[in-house]
Amino acid sequence: MRKMDEGCLTDLSVHQLRVLLERGEVAPRDVHEAYVRRIEEVDDQLNAYITVCPDFPPELENRHGRPVFPVAVKDNIMTRGIRTTCGSRILARFIPPYDATAILRLKERGLYVLGKTNMDEFAMGSSCENSAFGPTRNPWNLDAVPGGSSGGSAAAVAAGEAPWALGSDTGGSVRQPAALCGVVGMKPTYGRVSRFGLVAFASSLDQIGPITRDVWDCWVLMRALCGHDPLDSTSAPGQAPIPPPQSVESLGGVRIGVPREYLGPGVEDAVRDAVLKAVGVLEELGARAEECSLPHTEYGLSAYYIIAPAEASSNLARYDGVRYGHRTCQASSLLDMYELTRQEGFGAEVKRRIMLGTYVLSAGYYDAYYLRAQKVRTLICRDFERAWARYDLLAAPTSPTVAFPLGERTADPLAMYMADVLTIPVNLAGLPALSLPCGFARGLPVGLQLIGRPFDELTLLRVAQAFQQATDYHLYRPVVGGEVDG
Amino acid sequence: MADAVEVVIGLEVHVELKTESKIFCACSTRFGSPPNTQVCPICLGHPGTLPVLNLKALELAVRAALALNCKVARYTKFDRKNYFYPDLPKGYQISQYDAPLAEHGWLEFRVDGRMRTARIRRVHLEEDAGKLMHDEVTGETLVDFNRCGVPLIEVVTEPDLRSPREARAFMEELRAVLQYAEVSDCRMQEGSLRCDANISLRPRGATDLGTKAEIKNLNSFRALEKALEYEVARQTRALERGERLVLETRGWDEGRQVTVPLRTKEEAHDYRYFPEPDLVPMTLDPEWVEQIRRSLPELPSQRMARFQAEYGLPAYDAGVIVASRRLADFFEECVRHYPHPKTVSNWVMGQVLGYLNSRGLEPEELNFEPERLAELLRMVDEGVISVSVAREVFEEAVSTGKSPRALVEEKGLEQLSDTGALAAVVRQVIEEHPSPVRDYRRGKVKALGFLMGQVMKKTAGKANPQLARRLLEEALATEREETP
Repeated sequence: MRKMDEGCLTDLSVHQLRVLLERGEVAPRDVHEAYVRRIEEVDDQLNAYITVCPDFPPELENRHGRPVFPVAVKDNIMTRGIRTTCGSRILARFIPPYDATAILRLKERGLYVLGKTNMDEFAMGSSCENSAFGPTRNPWNLDAVPGGSSGGSAAAVAAGEAPWALGSDTGGSVRQPAALCGVVGMKPTYGRVSRFGLVAFASSLDQIGPITRDVWDCWVLMRALCGHDPLDSTSAPGQAPIPPPQSVESLGGVRIGVPREYLGPGVEDAVRDAVLKAVGVLEELGARAEECSLPHTEYGLSAYYIIAPAEASSNLARYDGVRYGHRTCQASSLLDMYELTRQEGFGAEVKRRIMLGTYVLSAGYYDAYYLRAQKVRTLICRDFERAWARYDLLAAPTSPTVAFPLGERTADPLAMYMADVLTIPVNLAGLPALSLPCGFARGLPVGLQLIGRPFDELTLLRVAQAFQQATDYHLYRPVVGGEVDG
Repeated sequence: MADAVEVVIGLEVHVELKTESKIFCACSTRFGSPPNTQVCPICLGHPGTLPVLNLKALELAVRAALALNCKVARYTKFDRKNYFYPDLPKGYQISQYDAPLAEHGWLEFRVDGRMRTARIRRVHLEEDAGKLMHDEVTGETLVDFNRCGVPLIEVVTEPDLRSPREARAFMEELRAVLQYAEVSDCRMQEGSLRCDANISLRPRGATDLGTKAEIKNLNSFRALEKALEYEVARQTRALERGERLVLETRGWDEGRQVTVPLRTKEEAHDYRYFPEPDLVPMTLDPEWVEQIRRSLPELPSQRMARFQAEYGLPAYDAGVIVASRRLADFFEECVRHYPHPKTVSNWVMGQVLGYLNSRGLEPEELNFEPERLAELLRMVDEGVISVSVAREVFEEAVSTGKSPRALVEEKGLEQLSDTGALAAVVRQVIEEHPSPVRDYRRGKVKALGFLMGQVMKKTAGKANPQLARRLLEEALATEREETP
């Protein structure tokens, strides 16, 4: 690893780039070309991108001095005219006719799509190994996974292939890869960011979120993304806007709960140590921290693996070969066409979850599985509600381990599912949470997860900002593969 | 045997709501456009798209539920009904399962002069699917998604109907009520009113239901009645032979006039219903529901009672006219200009309905102002034209759109009411036909009809019949006195 180089455009965070652009020291095209070069240098090793858009958009050539920034976008967010695959064979050649609301909001603010990033197929996975386009590797160690499902976005931001990126988080898919790649990732409150144009995995859990080099950029991107969207009935009307970012020197009066269930067995010692040390830093900044309990945490994973596959089994029914996407050429009847198209188009994990979801919704099983899981979900929400009576936020590890070796868990779905055990309850409760780098173990980044009250992203951003002002974990950059250190 | 058996029928009716745009997107709902011209990424089920409820559809559904005397829910939600079919782009239909919009309604209807009531189990809101089109030349099946996402209500009755005739009468009343409430056009031939029927038999007096068959593809009132009659016969025969009926879905084959098996229960779908996570549950404001109730117009049963009381129409007439809101409006407007309700009613039921039926038109398609009919009837009263000429003028006016008075003038159809001219014709007829004249004078009254016919023939039908008859009778009487 190495410390960030202020002379290297692709090492800078966006707010640093903005200063250079505003001073006229660099032009948007320079930034663009630096990123395209960087992608050419390292993406053969990382495979963070499925599609790169190498040409600088001509319409952004002269924006009268208003800054223009590239953004990498997870390949399950619709980008008009740019192939959007969801990491799946079934959409391998799908070109969307429209932009997701999140993309439109970013375009209005001078952002453009640099490329579409790799992901676990339909966002189902925690390692980015379930992609029809091959796995993405962790820039900190090419033999390790970057996490998932937004592994491409996190790896690209960590490796200097994008200044910032969008991911999506259904059970930890923004926060866990952010933690494993040493960058910042935020899952907004359910309803904060429009889901229109985000390919649905589990509709009641999905949220688009930013992946950035530091908290300041996360704050900026969150401001741009959030807001009510009349095209998404689940987007919250009348939500309080997020004020502009500012530096935070002190955390006086902030009350932090540290749930003991998030530090139990299964959490790597080095991860636990780094997280507790980070809580110590927050205390030094004036916050008061104490251990607390979220007693129903252990049921979260089970509930999630009923609710999410149930919704997914229905959400993925539309990939039937009739209107768009892959269609088999072997079929001799309608039923054949459905079966072969989906057999050829979907990977193993997607099929597993479709079968799980179909099973739990079937007549005779619905009450025992889906309905009971929804009750567990209510209990998990109540755990958090009780915590909000005493704490402003909760602090915990994002992932129980640092990045694990490629291939280690692909044969053991349950071990893979455990990677999200600390992020899933947040999705079930619809809460905002942020992961930021808080240390290293065996040369791999550790992520600190901050969990907040509904629609109180601001507290999380302020606490995280104070932490980064007091520490330098976010200033380290990985040395990718054969790259010369220095 | 027939009397020992009771027929039990329940209906599931799908009604397209009259909104400008689809239920979950902004596409037009217009009928009859070229295939796939009223579609967008949302109704085509593109990845990433989401539904947003059209509030007009919700309002119309509440309106329909209230017109059917239902209790409208305070809390209601959408669910997904999952199944694969090429006309269903998302692989699920957004519908309502265990918290429907409205329940516990009833509808009164008249059959063979008796009033009957069927309970409405539920009314719920859902989206329509697309339409498959089979190309008979290439053997290909194509899909038109224009209809996909058009708002529908499903009306489910309790098994309260006791004969195919009752089922038909219920459907006719249901259509009238929904047309009056202005929630749907209810055009069966365009598919905006569709119906499936559940039918079973049981020993009279039994309370348990027998094994039912669900009949699909009933595209007209006639098809509904015929298919159910066929089923009564088929099931009766099977039971008489001691066979066991199976729970199954059958389709009406219009060409062969039979029902054919489509699938049995073992092949039935498990729709895996679960709450639609893309739409938030709704709490309906009772005040809003009350506002809708207050805005409901007079419904057919109320109007029928009023037509009997206010215009003195027989129940039969009132029933026929009120069955169509357009026809009833036409009647009332016409009576306003020509205040002889029974005459107008005769014309509406005879000429107007006859014209529509002969051309397979709906009353909504009638291109004739009620004022024009009033004008025509006044011309009859004034003696300008005879009733038979009036009927011809009506046919021509309806098909050409011309005013009846203009037509009468243009064609010189005014009847001959000039006593002198007509008397001359009468004299001529008597001279030319001595034999019938003799017959009449010998008391064969029928001969007068022949002579009248000759008068009409000579005047090309324009003779005022009352006047001609009087003149003829007078002439025949006089001449008898002159020649003893």
